[in-house]
Amino acid sequence: MSVLALREITKTFPGVVANERVSMSLDAGEIVALLGENGAGKSTLMNVAYGLLAADSGEVLVDGEPVRIRSPRDAIAVGIGMVHQHFMLVQPFTVTENIVLGQEPGRFGVIDFAEARKRVREISERNGLEVDPDARIADLSVGMQQRVEILKALYRGARILILDEPTAVLTPQEVRELFEVLRALVDSGLAIVLITHKLDEVMLAADRVIVMRDGRVVGETTPSVTDERGLARLMVGRDVVLRVERGSPHPGDVLLEVDDLVVDDERGLQAVRGVGLKVRGGEIVGIAGVDGNGQRELVEAIVGLRRPKSGRISLKGREITHAPVRETIAAGVSHVPEDRQRRGLVLQFDLAENLILGDHARPPVATFGVVHRKVVEDIAERRIRDYDVRTPSWRVLAGNLSGGNQQKLVLARELGRDPELLVTAQPTRGLDVGAIEFVHRRILAERDEGKAVLMVSMELDEVMALSDRILVMYRGEFVAEFAAGEADAERIGLFMTGGTTREAEAAVAGGGAG
Amino acid sequence: MSETREVVVRESGWLKVLRLVGVPFISVLLAMAVGSVIIAVTGGDPVAAFAALLQGAFGGPVQIGETILRTTPLIFTGLAVAFGFRANLFNIGAEGQLAMGALAAAWFGLLLAGLPTGLAIPLVMLGGALFGAAWAFVPALLKARVGAHEVITTMMFSWIALYLVSWIVTGPLSDKSGIPETPMLSSSVWLVTFDKFIAGIPPVRAHLGFIIALAAAAVVWWVLSRTTLGYSVRAVGFNPQAAENGGISIAWTTIWALCISGALAGLAGASEVLGVQHRLFDQVSTSSGFGFTGIAVALLAKNNPTGVVFAALLFGALAAGSGNMQLEANISPQIINIIQGLIIFFVAADSIVTWFIKRRQRLALESKVVADAE
Repeated sequence: MSVLALREITKTFPGVVANERVSMSLDAGEIVALLGENGAGKSTLMNVAYGLLAADSGEVLVDGEPVRIRSPRDAIAVGIGMVHQHFMLVQPFTVTENIVLGQEPGRFGVIDFAEARKRVREISERNGLEVDPDARIADLSVGMQQRVEILKALYRGARILILDEPTAVLTPQEVRELFEVLRALVDSGLAIVLITHKLDEVMLAADRVIVMRDGRVVGETTPSVTDERGLARLMVGRDVVLRVERGSPHPGDVLLEVDDLVVDDERGLQAVRGVGLKVRGGEIVGIAGVDGNGQRELVEAIVGLRRPKSGRISLKGREITHAPVRETIAAGVSHVPEDRQRRGLVLQFDLAENLILGDHARPPVATFGVVHRKVVEDIAERRIRDYDVRTPSWRVLAGNLSGGNQQKLVLARELGRDPELLVTAQPTRGLDVGAIEFVHRRILAERDEGKAVLMVSMELDEVMALSDRILVMYRGEFVAEFAAGEADAERIGLFMTGGTTREAEAAVAGGGAG
Repeated sequence: MSETREVVVRESGWLKVLRLVGVPFISVLLAMAVGSVIIAVTGGDPVAAFAALLQGAFGGPVQIGETILRTTPLIFTGLAVAFGFRANLFNIGAEGQLAMGALAAAWFGLLLAGLPTGLAIPLVMLGGALFGAAWAFVPALLKARVGAHEVITTMMFSWIALYLVSWIVTGPLSDKSGIPETPMLSSSVWLVTFDKFIAGIPPVRAHLGFIIALAAAAVVWWVLSRTTLGYSVRAVGFNPQAAENGGISIAWTTIWALCISGALAGLAGASEVLGVQHRLFDQVSTSSGFGFTGIAVALLAKNNPTGVVFAALLFGALAAGSGNMQLEANISPQIINIIQGLIIFFVAADSIVTWFIKRRQRLALESKVVADAE
């Protein structure tokens, strides 16, 4: 008998059917991947199971019995736990304090921390989570924080664990370790739902795959009888190119040159510690690294959002070290930022207004401070067509577009400007397979037109798929460089977490032998 | 490309109108309803009260003139606050910028009395705008350079302005009559009243300032929607990080926006001096409150220049009609203040109203889905 079964769940939002009579079941001891593109309805379905959303119709059964789950509290009571993409932890609190929050043991308002710590330690050890009950959350790595979330669910007696895109924030090593932990958990009798849109993870971790598209279950399979291509076809509904064809590069002159650059972060701490790099026209240089190792500060310094402490940045031999964004744009720098909703777009602006951001003060868009509506509309219509932004018209507000279309809108603006250099961070974050393919093609097309491309990504796959050269950034410095052919994920991954060359070699040798 | 169904929320025309106009409108109705209850509870007759209010505000040329008179400064201050809000700046010190504009008008009005009217009035109005802008400049600079919050600084500057004017009307510009006021301006710099150029109406107090206010609303609309500056202001107001990424200087945009806001408030002061008082009084004891009511106007108008005109008209009519309400229906004019407060309350709480609209929308949609299915 299934520990969890969803029957005919329907959930509509104004204008959208997010789930349409979706049924699925989950057995103890298995990891089921819920696979689908963004907006396919995976998270909606699981939020219904966890009581965050109320279904319009349908029922939830736990151990074969219908249950009414109206809130996460109800869900926890019947043994369902969920780990969200964004952790819900109190940073200055310790692990134990976070875990017992809301369920503090003890009497008369006095918390029995000794008892709590003992239980936390016990659960952690039993499941191989290796979490220190006394560590402060703020001091823990993202991977560890995720384990705290898992621990929190287990502490509350979860037998069914739902993880929403758990690997989005992790390094390759952390992903592997997470999957080991999950495997151990199901071996001890838990049931796990893994919400994901990453095909390789499904192949690696899942016992069974349920594929959703447009709010419906469109297929169910097991990794043993399919491959990534087959999964992608199910997920998207047609054949997709998972890794775009990449011709050999034809590097030209050096366009971007960075020398001995030092950049501080908001707190005044050195985030970039004297790095240098060159990007040629017709070349994509990828920067791999774990988030928070100075990539953001480096990018912001190059595009003019942040003043470097020292060093030099030049484009086509012209110094732009201290040039503000207005001038770097004029010099030929385009920036597709990592957070399109916060940095890339004004969501309350319509598409046309968004498409002129950066060009809004100069001809042909504006002369003498007056914006020419006709020119703006022409530009908008052309860019929307050229970049295949799916929209009824440019009058739609950017906030109403899907993530993929928002990113196309940013690309349309930044590439439509015909820049010399494209600087981009996380260009496909949160996008689905189809949109990723589009973005990758466009970036490669820029390279093939002789543009210089500098790309920062936490997705190692992406860096490896697109880059002609790969730099690994760790604690504000480049710790390794690879040419396109000679890079492998394992070695890069080690450098990303501060490993040395020797460790990297050993790991590869060991991995080969084991 | 992805085959995922695109969820594009397309606003149909009437829905957009409903969102822009419906919420403020419902807020006003709710405020009137609660006001009626208060009137009834305190022993009055709500129907008679509102009838008297309407009569007092729109009953005839004189009444309409009075409404326009009270609407005029509120358009200016409403625009001032609204313009600041568009850049996400809360100019709470319009009152002080208005006082500076009034001071400029009184001073330049005395100085330029010899010039021809057609030259003197634009110059004096310009002086009012410049003084208002100058008074907003220091808070703007502080905000742009060190991040000092404009709510504090504009407010503090407001008090400085009011007491500065107080001193000037008793000292340097005093007419030595013992009353804290400047000498009367020469009628050559007065903004003429409507009865001077509309034949056949009795003398009214409404003056040309109203036309200037309407023009200002049109200019503000044009600047916001058709210029690089307005674009920058809106971008910074909505999302400063994206604006910055588009090469817009947040600091400069902040300075411009707050100074323009101050200039509009300064125009309110100049218009009052040239059109109504024809001299400058002590602003501490006779503070108009237009700067603060301007905040309510901007809120009700949702910072839309056209909306500002109508919201100002509403508040102007309430102010103009309250006297008659007291005379005819024996209702305390304080009730009007309560209704104004309630309007602001309901506008501020518009999420409640929006929630009702959204709910109705969803119900309508669901019934439509069902209907389509059947």
